Amino acid sequence: MRRSRIFWGAVAPIAAIFTSCLLMYIILSLRGESPFELFKLMVSYGFEPRNLVSEINLTVSYYLAGVAAAIGFKMLLFNIGIDGQYRMGAFFGAVVGAAIDLPAVLHVAVIIVVAMIAGGAWAAIAGYLKVRRGVSEVISNIMLNFIAAAIIAFLLSPKLLGSLPEGSQNVQTKPIPASGQMPTIKIFEGEVYSVFFLAIFVGVAYWVMLNKTVFGFNLRATGLSFRAARSSGVNAPGMIFVTTVLSGAIAGLVGIGTLLSDTHSYSMAFPSGFAFTGLSLAILGRNHPVGIFFAAFLWSFLERAGQVLEFEGIPPEIVIVMQGTIVLSIVIAYEVVARINLKQQQRAVGKVNAEVLAEVEAK
Amino acid sequence: MSTTTTPLTTFKRKIKPLVSSPARIALLVAGLLFILSLVELLTGFSDISSPGTSSATLRFAIPLLMAGLGGLWAERAGVINIGLEGMMIVGTWTGAWFGFLHGPLVGFIAAGVFGLLSGFFHAILTVKVGIDQAVSGLAINLIAAGGARYLSGIYFPPKGGDRTVSPPSDAFPTFTIPGVSPLLERIDGKNIFFISNIAGILNGVTKEISLVTIAFLLIVPLTSWIMWRSKFGLRMRFSGENPMAAESLGINVYRIRYIAISVSGMLASLGGAYLSLVASSVYREGQVAGRGFIGLATVIFGNWKPGGVFAGSLLFGFTDALRIRQNESVMALIIVAGIVGALMVLYFLISKKWKFAAFSIVAALLALLIYLKVDVIPQEFVTVFPNVATLVVLTFLAQRLTPPAAAGAPYRRGSE
Repeated sequence: MRRSRIFWGAVAPIAAIFTSCLLMYIILSLRGESPFELFKLMVSYGFEPRNLVSEINLTVSYYLAGVAAAIGFKMLLFNIGIDGQYRMGAFFGAVVGAAIDLPAVLHVAVIIVVAMIAGGAWAAIAGYLKVRRGVSEVISNIMLNFIAAAIIAFLLSPKLLGSLPEGSQNVQTKPIPASGQMPTIKIFEGEVYSVFFLAIFVGVAYWVMLNKTVFGFNLRATGLSFRAARSSGVNAPGMIFVTTVLSGAIAGLVGIGTLLSDTHSYSMAFPSGFAFTGLSLAILGRNHPVGIFFAAFLWSFLERAGQVLEFEGIPPEIVIVMQGTIVLSIVIAYEVVARINLKQQQRAVGKVNAEVLAEVEAK
Repeated sequence: MSTTTTPLTTFKRKIKPLVSSPARIALLVAGLLFILSLVELLTGFSDISSPGTSSATLRFAIPLLMAGLGGLWAERAGVINIGLEGMMIVGTWTGAWFGFLHGPLVGFIAAGVFGLLSGFFHAILTVKVGIDQAVSGLAINLIAAGGARYLSGIYFPPKGGDRTVSPPSDAFPTFTIPGVSPLLERIDGKNIFFISNIAGILNGVTKEISLVTIAFLLIVPLTSWIMWRSKFGLRMRFSGENPMAAESLGINVYRIRYIAISVSGMLASLGGAYLSLVASSVYREGQVAGRGFIGLATVIFGNWKPGGVFAGSLLFGFTDALRIRQNESVMALIIVAGIVGALMVLYFLISKKWKFAAFSIVAALLALLIYLKVDVIPQEFVTVFPNVATLVVLTFLAQRLTPPAAAGAPYRRGSE
């Protein structure tokens, strides 16, 4: 029973990946390339130790975004504001980290807490609008993403919180002193950010919170049925608000690895687009902490390995198309499977009904 | 005959439909323009009413208008189209590429066709398969952005373009309304108070306007007619309000939604093609720059009505245009906002709406404070104005908005 559940859970993602590989095969064939050679090249490039390290670091960021999205999904919330929440977290983490001076471990802890508060506070706006004003979180979060980017671009000007290092064109926040930096682990001629362990902790905490606590039970109950949860005494609107803030707080951690282990300051060069990535990963990993991890690794592997296509004269952006196709195929697969299940149940119920009817008539 | 009917109330009842409709809007606009002229006279900043600003406003408003109308078509039929951004990218790319190969007209036709197809794709996913509308839209955005970049890298470099910029296509013919434009220009030059300002604004929108602009503007009344005067429009709005009831009356909700979402994709894509064929002559990576999402915002801002979408796109197009013009204009606008705020305080105090009066006082004081304390309004805030405005509308005017009741909700035939 248990094994078959895992099996069926994995079938849809694997089918989706296969579909998108097929699509990529067709696209590449149309260009007159030999797809299998390219796939082989991508795999060998992606598993080179040097690239593996950067993939792991990217996986950590994606993983946190995925968990943030999954918390929202458990409440039927579509947290597309992860982008803005992550920016707010990384930016204010960087600003506060540069401004204070504390002993090593405490300094890092303060930065992490600040990042979570900033991300959570930004998400709280959408949560408030959803609970009190009935505003769809999709619309408000899309708007908030743009607003967050503008606020940070404004605050980043050298006159306010930013600085312009000599000989550089990029405005950035003031550097975080050594006590506020996180160590890296040297492995395969590369450096893995130690925020890796934080991500593992977040994954475990997410699972425990969801499955072993009253709060998690209430969260899942409200997600499954708002009215049923409310009538059984759960403060359902409050749960929605708290879940949004929690999701935002995790999203605030997305940029922490890069910030504390690599750049030590926030700049506009920080990547964007985490919102859709996070949502995709949560869908792909079925909101399960382990599933999200594999999905996050797949995503960063594709992105890194895709770069080798550039040397073959193929624009590497084809990987983005591939990712989009994976998400679509998997959502379609879930929908189709759900419909088949429903039909079978209906048929089963119909059969029982017919039998009962026959018995009644026989009497 | 009721005793409460005084001549005054009957007069009010008679006059009300007149004042609450286009006449009132025209009056409000005229009043705003009057205040603007006054501010321009007093401060000497005359950029806002210059032909340059109004023509730039129109140029920036059209893509937003098309995206907004696209959003309107989809949402009126009951499906939210977050893929507008991606569909606009489809339009910018196909428009520029086919425009380069066969001229701008073919570019627009190609953009229309491919937009229709992208809309149809969204329709299959959301209506037939029934996946989450937001997921489908976002995936379309991602695939369109990635696909455009992939195709640019393959097709543009051999033809004299760049990996991110297409080779340029020819310009579409422009049109100057004969007689009117020179006359307006003369009046504008005379510097008569108020009249010259209006002439300046009108001059910008009558001189050298693209034929495409006119054609796209005509889509607003056309949409309005289809939605409120035609049988199809009635069925479409019905599908967006209550698909179950519509189905029970024999309306084919699926077919209506297929058509509406396809049209939605086509409109957004044409708006994208406008960016790469009329507003500029090349496709450039990142050209759409969130305009699809602002189009979504104009739908909310315009309360799901074609005229409202048009007004919203003009407002947001105006802020977009301000970005590339002088900073004094923004300052002049702050003064205008302050005066309007003060007038609203008076109005609400007289009609004894204390809460609104308090809001207006705060707004007016804020405008005054900004004017006195801030030298330059940061460009970032001008850019992000549409997003803030939409959030404010959603927050404070949500009760007045009338979105289609079933927009965004999944619907399967024969199920509740």
